[in-house]
Amino acid sequence: MESLTFRHTTQKPLPGSVPNAITGVVASGNLEILLERVLPPDACEVAIETPIAGYGPVWEAVVADFVARAQPGGLRISINDGGARPDTVSLRLLQGARLMEA
Amino acid sequence: MAGAHAASTDPDALSWYEATARQRVVALADPGSFQEFLPPTERRMSPHLPLFDLPRAFDDGIVVGRAALDGKPVLVAAQEGRFMGGAFGEIHGAKLVGLLRAALTLKPAAVLILFDTGGVRLQEANAGETAIAETMRAIVDVRAAGIPVIGLIGGRAGCYGGGGLIAGTCSRLAVSEGGRISVSGPEVIETNKGAEEFDSRDRALVWRTMGGKHRRLIGGADAFCTDSVSAFREAALDLIGRAPAFDLATLEAEQARLESRIARFGDCRDATEIWARLGVNDSEAVPAMDTRAFDETVSRVREADHDAR
Amino acid sequence: MTQWRGEREARDARIAAGRAHADGKVVPADAVVDLLEAVLRPGDRVCLEGDNQKQADCLARGLAACDPGKVHDLHMVQSGIVLPEHLDVFETGIAKRLDYSYSGPQGARIAKMLYGGQIQLGAVHTYLELFARYFVDLTPNVALIAGVSADRDGNLYTGPNTEDTPTVVEATAFKNGVVIAQVNQIVDTVPRVDIPGDRIDFVVEADTPFYVEPLFTRDPAAMTETQILIAMMAIKGIYSEYGIRRLNHGIGFGTAAIELLLPTYGEKLGLKGQICTHWALNPHPTLIPAIESGWVQQVHCFGSEVGMDRYIRARPDIFFTGADGSLRSNRAFCQTAGLYACDMFIGATLQIDLMGHSSTITQSRVAGFGGAPNMGSDPHGRRHPSDPWMKAGREGQIVGDPALMRGRKLVVQLVETFGEKLVPTFVEKLDALELAKKIGLELAPVMIYADDVTHIVTEEGIANLLLCRDADEREQAIRGVAGYTDVGRGRDRAKVEELRARGVIRRPEDLGIEPLDADRALLAAKSIKDLVHWSGGLYEPPAKFRNW
Repeated sequence: MESLTFRHTTQKPLPGSVPNAITGVVASGNLEILLERVLPPDACEVAIETPIAGYGPVWEAVVADFVARAQPGGLRISINDGGARPDTVSLRLLQGARLMEA
Repeated sequence: MAGAHAASTDPDALSWYEATARQRVVALADPGSFQEFLPPTERRMSPHLPLFDLPRAFDDGIVVGRAALDGKPVLVAAQEGRFMGGAFGEIHGAKLVGLLRAALTLKPAAVLILFDTGGVRLQEANAGETAIAETMRAIVDVRAAGIPVIGLIGGRAGCYGGGGLIAGTCSRLAVSEGGRISVSGPEVIETNKGAEEFDSRDRALVWRTMGGKHRRLIGGADAFCTDSVSAFREAALDLIGRAPAFDLATLEAEQARLESRIARFGDCRDATEIWARLGVNDSEAVPAMDTRAFDETVSRVREADHDAR
Repeated sequence: MTQWRGEREARDARIAAGRAHADGKVVPADAVVDLLEAVLRPGDRVCLEGDNQKQADCLARGLAACDPGKVHDLHMVQSGIVLPEHLDVFETGIAKRLDYSYSGPQGARIAKMLYGGQIQLGAVHTYLELFARYFVDLTPNVALIAGVSADRDGNLYTGPNTEDTPTVVEATAFKNGVVIAQVNQIVDTVPRVDIPGDRIDFVVEADTPFYVEPLFTRDPAAMTETQILIAMMAIKGIYSEYGIRRLNHGIGFGTAAIELLLPTYGEKLGLKGQICTHWALNPHPTLIPAIESGWVQQVHCFGSEVGMDRYIRARPDIFFTGADGSLRSNRAFCQTAGLYACDMFIGATLQIDLMGHSSTITQSRVAGFGGAPNMGSDPHGRRHPSDPWMKAGREGQIVGDPALMRGRKLVVQLVETFGEKLVPTFVEKLDALELAKKIGLELAPVMIYADDVTHIVTEEGIANLLLCRDADEREQAIRGVAGYTDVGRGRDRAKVEELRARGVIRRPEDLGIEPLDADRALLAAKSIKDLVHWSGGLYEPPAKFRNW
């Protein structure tokens, strides 16, 4: 298993007040994402556990694009990956952010 | 999100087969009533899977908690069939056993188990096997305390291995057409007995032999649902209301029925022969029947309603 | 004295030799080897009917069992290399040369045998090319074909999978060749005559019914949100924009998702009657909901699909059917229809390079082409206008006299940026080039050349290559929709934003599509069972697709 952690500073906190949410399932080609509103409002941390090593730069790019787009300030995001493709990861991250904004 | 979440909260539109364990529980219970025990934020994950370089799930593939069903308090467990095939590992099993033991104190109107499992998780087999035994023991205690335990089966992993054994100890079972109940899975049978005996790729054969319609016709399940969360909810409410007593007379009657079943059908080569002997006129037509036609067929078969599986 | 009748006399001699093993035209299954050894001559060109779907399997087993001392050095000319026997004959020396078109399941073995020199390869063709060459320089001496039933005079009923049979028989029977048909059954009267009996010389009653693979069944249960998102973009950004009414779909999950979104998402966009009315397409089960909701006016088919027979019989207004009610398919005509009468081809591929060349070849497999390059190409011989064709022509025209402008066929590649096991779809260099070098192919096996491709659709957006004005723009447009692959991450961000501003690249949000709306709830059918319901119980899916 490979562990990756990315920390970002955001311009604003993610709107809404949902304390936590989970989306997705750990299955082949899929992943689960746990989002918790536990960090300072301008911070976001994404921690990934993946069985597929060597994709660090891809994860980094996917997470950076997500942070730029969703501005998920205040969130600690934890990912259990089952070998999901980057497009699936992006989709789940956006789904998760949407759940937190509700 | 309109699409995703409108679908996931409307129990009429939500397919049981397609839904995740979490979606099933939330949509099955009265709106807003589900409270999870040991939620994902607690991160009670498998201590074993990392040794095999396998990913873990925050809830170890089972969602447990309390909820209300038509205003009545219930305890609920739901297996996630897509994580490790819904298999029983140490934490997964302990959460189910703990929930059942809590029932003895909390005295809910029922315990609902939403099965979706291939059996025991190979990577933590000893713990998984122990969990199966402990779960059956706990179900016996809960039923003896007068609390019905209702199994709901309609997920993609079916209800196999130890899950099939546990289902056998429940008070009542509801199953959908896509649901399967058995102990050995199709591939296991083929591996041990050969494709001539059981061709696991012949999916029509698999469902004829282990699927929801067959189990309902021979009385292995007590209710047959369309594949929606609302249908399972209705079935659960109905079955809670007519759970059998858990006493010696019930057990002896079950034993007698199982003996007569093997005597009556033991020489059948295919489920269609069993259905014909049960009095189904056009047994070949059963797999293609819609729910209404099938319900009518079931209503004419006497064996469909009894307590033996 | 000039000899004008040598071929005809040779044919008569072959038939006379074969008659020794026949009762009239009818040959028992256990005499197949004797028949073939009597009729075949060393070095013959032989078509052993192996279509995309239907296989003359009994005759294939018979040919493989012939004595290589008597039957050898054959030149096989057939569209599909599908059964193991199709290659076994090259191992024993029964066959030596090969010209073919498609080799899906045998792709790995064929590559190995080419590399090992056991097969002398003529060429890997498209279907239409091979069919064309049957009439010019690859005319079979003997055709071994398959049908459902025949009468004792040889009148042949092919069943719904007519496929290549009429073409093969036409070329063989009318040019001094011998035609041998295997049928499941000899009957007194065939349901309809697909091939008249005077073109069939021998009829073999096969020991088992011929094999047909369900190649076109895509289980809606396996469709992903990403495929649905791509389908939404294609419908809104291409089908609707160009008003595509006449089209061909590939066989992938992406196009199947489009079929399933027509009655839901397409309906919501008000596109019914505006798009997808006329098809060159196999009878895809996933098209049933669109047909049942009145989207489709007619469908002509290359072949059939397992389980669709009863449904097709009940929908003669939609499908081409015979007097007996069953489907009449025809690969050569349908390929021609796909090439000339459709305004769009849309399909998937395994690899796309920086210019837009694509290939389904991987390092160790020679899968062949089938029909995709025929339909996925801009036919320069087309002369009839249509709105989508003219619009694409205008977009692609950079210079020249507008009065001399001609249209363009839309050739759309619908791909996810990563395939199975995180293998990137976008690459710097196609594996096909490496393979061509390794096994000595003169022509690299490119499925669709860059100059034919007009659009690439991925989950990242649509790249309209018609609007690119030079090679650099084209490369950046492709990189711009290549997502997180190395090719995608290597893009020039400023250039990509400029292309987006010009509409060369369009993201989901540029099309008014919210990626989070791409939900399975949009699928008109979520399972094979749903398709059965849509068909009113007429569709009978094969056992391997059932979960009831």
